[in-house]
Amino acid sequence: MYEFDIKSPSKLGKAVRMLRKHEDAQVLGGGQTLIPTLKQRLAAPSVLVSLAKIDKLKGISSDSGTVTVGAGTCHADVAADDTISALSALAGGIGDPAVRNRGTIGGSLANNDPSACYPAAALGLGATIVTSARDIAADDYFQGLFETALDETEIITSVTFPIPDAAAYVKFDQPASRFALVGVFVSRKGSDVRVAVTGASEDGVFRWAGAEEALSANFAPEALDGLTPSGDMIGDIHGSPEYRAHLVGVMAKRAVAAC
Amino acid sequence: MAQVKMTVNGKAVSAPAEGRMLLSTYLREALGMTGTHVGCDTGQCGVCAVHVDGKLVKSCNMFAAEAEGAEVTTVEGMANEDGSLGAIQQAFQDHHGLQCGFCTPGMVMAASALLKVNSKPTEAEVRAHLSGNLCRCTGYHNIVKAIMAASGQDVAVAAE
Repeated sequence: MYEFDIKSPSKLGKAVRMLRKHEDAQVLGGGQTLIPTLKQRLAAPSVLVSLAKIDKLKGISSDSGTVTVGAGTCHADVAADDTISALSALAGGIGDPAVRNRGTIGGSLANNDPSACYPAAALGLGATIVTSARDIAADDYFQGLFETALDETEIITSVTFPIPDAAAYVKFDQPASRFALVGVFVSRKGSDVRVAVTGASEDGVFRWAGAEEALSANFAPEALDGLTPSGDMIGDIHGSPEYRAHLVGVMAKRAVAAC
Repeated sequence: MAQVKMTVNGKAVSAPAEGRMLLSTYLREALGMTGTHVGCDTGQCGVCAVHVDGKLVKSCNMFAAEAEGAEVTTVEGMANEDGSLGAIQQAFQDHHGLQCGFCTPGMVMAASALLKVNSKPTEAEVRAHLSGNLCRCTGYHNIVKAIMAASGQDVAVAAE
């Protein structure tokens, strides 16, 4: 790792001011991606601004229609909250127990790894990403591989998920990393159906419009027969683009069946 | 260099640590507590696992500064007060839950974290809980047996 200072402000405003003051400062959430990245010298911030001491960013609350998860809430805590069971199951399937005790939802969404699980939940449930500056609809938030709508000095403070009538997330694990080789999040709320796919596309997480249309007409696995997502799929040593495109259909059917 | 203070195995400690110092480095090099091993140093293998405020974490995937003020437990804190092996450690010995022993500190800390929240886990729960701890010798069966035994369960049928 290159050398850096680590700062742990207890107030959100101070953290934002630190990001503004130090041009190459970086936010540290749970560090489960950032620390390995720093070790590989793929990032060289002069200052790391840890959010761990900002208590306001932690915790889960819900009202009749929504669940709000503080950005600094770790995966294990989301896994233990069963308000949206598909969301807790997704959080409980990220990485391993030690990773789930450190990694945070805000960190995952800010990083927007194309194979991460949380982006599928945010997009698949139509969440709102609340930041230090504004509210961003999930549909506007994800902008490609590791790209988001966040400004350099903007910090995610919480994520609000509408409670669906039914939802499920099914992923095909990459067995070594337990990232999604392909993961599909399906939700239904009234007549609104959402299908979000992670791990598959060269453009990162996406809504599969063809599947949403088919499921809106008939919310059953067989409605997806013969459908394949369009667009460029990821091809690597773990799976070819064709294999991933096929898996998207299989995972989506399983998710619908589990709803 | 900032002075980082925490409690390790019930004892208050303090040592200088630059920002990039990992908790694993702090334990091993600043405190000389080499029971916590470093295997892959990339957050994959889990041999560096310790408890921070009661939660299982990989100490190579956390900065020492992030543990400022925390209660840290390492494998050195797993023995009984008289120095004899703790129940989990003893079970690993009794059931041959280690061969080379390199992964054992992480396995013991993972087992202890599990049994704190789930005193009678099923074999499947034990295996799922060990998903972040790699062992290249045992094939895991005897580790699972040891953890089942440490939880007071019959291991005659477990892990067969």
